[in-house]
Amino acid sequence: MKKPLFAASLALASFGAHAAGNDISAQAEEIFRSSFRSDNPKYWMTRLDQDDAMRLCSQYKDNPPPKVRVQIEKAQRATIRYPVDGKLIGDWKEGEKLAAVGTGGHIGFIQPDPPGRLRGGNCYACHQLAAKEVAYGTIGPSLQHFGKLRGNSDEIIKYAYDKIYNSNTFNACTNMPRFGLHNWLTPEQITHIVAFLVDPESPVNKD
Amino acid sequence: MRTGLHAVLAAVVLGIGGSALAQGSTMDEITKYREMLADGNPAELLEMKGEELWKKPRGPKNVSLEQCDMGLGPGKLDGAYAQLPRYFADTKKVMDAESRLVHCMVTQQGFSEAEATRNWFSKPGRNSDIESLITYIGGKSNGAKIDVPARHPEEARMAKVGEYIFYRRSGPQDFSCAICHGQEGKRIRLQDLGNLTTRAGAGTAMGNWPSYRVSQGTVWTMQRRLIDCMRQARWPEPNYLADSIIALEVFLQKTASGTVMQTPGIKR
Repeated sequence: MKKPLFAASLALASFGAHAAGNDISAQAEEIFRSSFRSDNPKYWMTRLDQDDAMRLCSQYKDNPPPKVRVQIEKAQRATIRYPVDGKLIGDWKEGEKLAAVGTGGHIGFIQPDPPGRLRGGNCYACHQLAAKEVAYGTIGPSLQHFGKLRGNSDEIIKYAYDKIYNSNTFNACTNMPRFGLHNWLTPEQITHIVAFLVDPESPVNKD
Repeated sequence: MRTGLHAVLAAVVLGIGGSALAQGSTMDEITKYREMLADGNPAELLEMKGEELWKKPRGPKNVSLEQCDMGLGPGKLDGAYAQLPRYFADTKKVMDAESRLVHCMVTQQGFSEAEATRNWFSKPGRNSDIESLITYIGGKSNGAKIDVPARHPEEARMAKVGEYIFYRRSGPQDFSCAICHGQEGKRIRLQDLGNLTTRAGAGTAMGNWPSYRVSQGTVWTMQRRLIDCMRQARWPEPNYLADSIIALEVFLQKTASGTVMQTPGIKR
């Protein structure tokens, strides 16, 4: 599993360097990087590092040519990990809570999150889900009645899991974060959000 | 006044968080609230304080800022904010309103840069002279057209750097500015998002700053606004007056050029 991913990364890296060839990018990267406070801890600064997908998506303003798109999606698919017990559907009530939480992960000196602040999927920032929550964003498509419309077959459950774990598997450079890849959500938490989407008892599929 | 403001805000915010109000009527409430404050923006207090600070002899050299050149000549403030950032021959740098103001405080009034920028934003119990001065300077461009053509090679370079940063993705949420501000007609939760890649969208975003932020109870400058965007993106914190922030401002002001400033504004 590791090897093909590494090979794909190499291929992407050389492709990217070739396509960039743009002096301003190097200057801009230098200006951006050197603009941060020198007392930012090193582990904070690693948040500026880009993997191949980030770099290519930036370079193509999130609209890569088909060849690059396919390469990104293939490499991202190889990153997905599953819960040890193999169960991809969890507790929709836990998923409902996670979908609403938008806090966590803020760093810096002015207004960082307190340590241990709950981190959620923040799904409502971008998606419509349960009918009762009217404060939903529209950056992503509506997911209301997700399970009602698509059912809860193994394929749909796996699709939902994979999409949340690494959204770029299906759509390179999508706006949606790669929640599993970044360990923002654990595999177990992702199964709860999957349940929130597909469980017939979930408010997503009621009303 | 403050308490009243916060009470209304609390109602608005609770409306957003809960399900009492439909999203349409919540946005209506915010619009109504903005109209209500249009004749009495709390930022006007800061404007007055800023004018006083501008004209008062201060610093180790005990001089006022009245000879400060914000780009249109010494002491010429009308419309100056609307044409910033720009290249300044004396420093050989592209500077925004805040970096130029600090430059004047250092070179003309004799403050050290550390002294001048120590309170670059306010907190409860801590006022910020820069916030007041920038509110005053910005207000002097109210009604002026944003005019940042970025024709000087250094300005053009900074506009390109800003564009690069606007689309640069990184961090544990894969964010870039463009994720939220690169499309038309989107919102996050109930908050409308401007498309900053269009003239109209960038104009609405840039033309209202400096702006009184109801949720913060104070005016935010553009530096404060953009540094907080980076916090929201879960990135580390940039330096105040960093070139990356100035570059983003050049990119956005260039895109917004031709639109009319309405400042100080009022925002959520």
